Amino acid sequence: MDAPLLDVQGLSKHFGGFTALDNVSLQVGKGERFGLIGPNGSGKTTMINCISGALTNETGKVVFKDRDISGLKPHQRTRLGIARSFQLPRPFASMTVLENLCIPLEYATRQRSTMARRREEGMAILELIGLADKADDHSGGLTQIDMRKLELARAMAAKPDLLISDEAMAGLSGSEVDEILDRLFTLNERGVGVIMIEHVMKAVMRFSQRIVVLDAGSKIAEGTPDEIVSNPLVEKAYLGE
Amino acid sequence: MFSIDLLSNALVAGLLLGGFYAAVALGLSIVFGQLDIVNIAHPAFVILGSYVVYMMNTAYGLDPVLAGLLFTPLFFVLGVVVYRIYYAGFERTGRESLAGLAFFFGVMFIVEVTIILIYGVDYRLVDAAYIGHTLHVGIIDLPYRMLVPFLAAMAMTGGIAFYLSRTFTGRAILAVSQDRLALELMGANPIRIKSLAFGIGLATAAIAGALLIIIGPVEPSFGRVYIGRVFAIVILGGMGSIKGTLLAALLIGVSESMVQTFIGPSWADAVAFSVLLLTLVLRPQGLYGRL
Amino acid sequence: MKIAPFWPAAALLFVLGAASTFAVDEYYFVAGYIVLQGLIMATAWNILGGFTGYVNFGSAGFFAMGAYTSVVLYTAIDPPVFVAIVAAAVVCGLLGFGAGYLTLRLRGVYFAIATLALAIVLETLMVNWDYVGGATGAFIITPDTEFFPSYNAFMFVLMLALAIGSVGLARYLNYSRIGRGLAAIRDDEVAAECAGVPTLRLKLISTTIMGAMMGVAGALYPYFVTFVEPLSAFNLIVAVNAIAMPMIGGTATWVGPVIGALLLGSVQEWTKVNISSELNLLIVGVLLVGFVALAPQGIVGLAQKFGAWIRAHREKRQGDGRAAA
Repeated sequence: MDAPLLDVQGLSKHFGGFTALDNVSLQVGKGERFGLIGPNGSGKTTMINCISGALTNETGKVVFKDRDISGLKPHQRTRLGIARSFQLPRPFASMTVLENLCIPLEYATRQRSTMARRREEGMAILELIGLADKADDHSGGLTQIDMRKLELARAMAAKPDLLISDEAMAGLSGSEVDEILDRLFTLNERGVGVIMIEHVMKAVMRFSQRIVVLDAGSKIAEGTPDEIVSNPLVEKAYLGE
Repeated sequence: MFSIDLLSNALVAGLLLGGFYAAVALGLSIVFGQLDIVNIAHPAFVILGSYVVYMMNTAYGLDPVLAGLLFTPLFFVLGVVVYRIYYAGFERTGRESLAGLAFFFGVMFIVEVTIILIYGVDYRLVDAAYIGHTLHVGIIDLPYRMLVPFLAAMAMTGGIAFYLSRTFTGRAILAVSQDRLALELMGANPIRIKSLAFGIGLATAAIAGALLIIIGPVEPSFGRVYIGRVFAIVILGGMGSIKGTLLAALLIGVSESMVQTFIGPSWADAVAFSVLLLTLVLRPQGLYGRL
Repeated sequence: MKIAPFWPAAALLFVLGAASTFAVDEYYFVAGYIVLQGLIMATAWNILGGFTGYVNFGSAGFFAMGAYTSVVLYTAIDPPVFVAIVAAAVVCGLLGFGAGYLTLRLRGVYFAIATLALAIVLETLMVNWDYVGGATGAFIITPDTEFFPSYNAFMFVLMLALAIGSVGLARYLNYSRIGRGLAAIRDDEVAAECAGVPTLRLKLISTTIMGAMMGVAGALYPYFVTFVEPLSAFNLIVAVNAIAMPMIGGTATWVGPVIGALLLGSVQEWTKVNISSELNLLIVGVLLVGFVALAPQGIVGLAQKFGAWIRAHREKRQGDGRAAA
């Protein structure tokens, strides 16, 4: 079997006296659809922040494409191929939708390109995600679901090998969830690995090939969606005793 | 020449000064430490307080501390008004950082220039029975113009600390910075609480101004040097911790006094600002605080 | 975006400015110099403030250190003015870099306070340094001016050249790759970092350029006033104008500081002469607060909104016309 795309080994993170992550390990393969779930406060966002570089882990390593990236800054990790979307959308509010994508298109790659080329590529991504007609709209005034799409589009514009989607579906209606899920499936078909963090269970179950469950900073289960659903430890973590 | 006499007097003078500094920083500790509002105009309002007290003192012969107390309600109202303007223009629209800072910078400027327009740039001072006399305890000299402000400052600090920890509205002020939603659910209106807090902050400025002009003559640009001092104290003390504010104020007071005595008075101003820079660079959460 | 016409227009402006020195009254060069000085400071401030989103309260510090660099060089070797300008740019650029390196990890508010602290610390150092005259100050003898009718005219033309250069640099920055990165940082620094923007590096570039530009503005100051002392070099009005001019003109592009400086600067010069210096300061304060509260996008923003309103109004009328026909 190939080496995994992402190999998190023994990650721990504390905030003062509070243990957010306790010696957690997980692997994501190339082009894999990976789900990360767990009750509130279980450490999912902390894990994402450690992988993307927003936080530094105290123990353990983060290995990406066979390279230890534990000491790299977020923008360096993005250039290597990890992109993330934010739970609460963070658009570049002074720019249009298309201009938002031009930033990672310009900065997340190592190659120089022209503005025209970037706009072309940006439009292609907007077509894919369904925002093409809003390309020149002010990004600050979008609807909730469009902002979520923009978050994903901007992460895609970084041309990642691994995309981390942080609760992109929270608060969306059933059909909106399906829309976003479709886009993620399409992206995955192009070979991009996806880590999905979600509370919307049906989305995670439908999307993931493998799932890891966190609870209070520790990994309590790992397996296929079917295995996870029938795992009593998982049920206990979510529903209590 | 490090005589015990000189050293101990410098130390005591520093403590007295530091106590007074705590009074000046108190208002900012509430407003910046608790509410996260960067009111860099606070020292300018302190100077305003000094001038108001000066006016009362020369016109009616009123004791400075009394005059300061007299004007606290007015300054309180002023604080509420300023906060309401700030809230309407900035906090509500989410533009706190750049625009909010520029707003208070402008307010500071306006206050200073207004004072200059009315009173000119000369030094002003007040007259009171105890100014000019000194209490001698062994080798320690305690000038009354330093002692009275120190005692008043301690009283005010103690009063505010008590208020914040024991009364409902006081605790609401402490709570509003930490969990606004919980506060709303408890039935308190966050905007009202913040207005109250800002008003209290400015009210302390009135008293601090009175104390300032007791210590020595005041001129309009004094406020600017105090900006560094109060921010150094609030940040060093750890945002919003009254205990921390007091400790930091005493530390800075003593440092300044030592520098003034053993190195030279022209370096004293830089002490607070250097402490501020060092704190920001090395330990931004200060002695007691959260960041 | 006006790329093509800028440099030809600027060249024309410079030639006109230089030629005017032979025709126009002396006073206008003094006033013009001060306005241009404000323009350079405003442009510099806006690179860190408007483009990148970090507020600098210590502009007076960079300006004064530029001035003191000139004083030190003059006292040591009395070099040509151009050498002093370059030296000031280097010194203050390094100062900007160092200040940025120390403080840019702080949240915006703390950064602003740190810049103020830095300015005061620098002022205290200068007050205590006898080589540059300490608190009493230092004199500079004015250099020769062959071509121009008067010394002030020469200073004015020199300042004009520097101002054009500064604005040109700001304009280039605004529309470059770096400028786009800075805008992303300003809008949302965390998102920018995750989008691949090397935020610390770009912020340091921003503070270095700002520092160098302010140093250049300050470098000529001793030659202009011929007597330098800390109280006036570290003047508060320099710092306030550096903030007020861009905030009034508009912080998003290089145009705002220019408009703000020309308007506010002219108003100030007129007020100083015809009313009083103190009232002038009051006006600046009130304008700053007013614009910040009511028109945060500045004059440029107001003009854009007005233009949009006109267009919408015109379209509506055309639409009504068609419906009626």
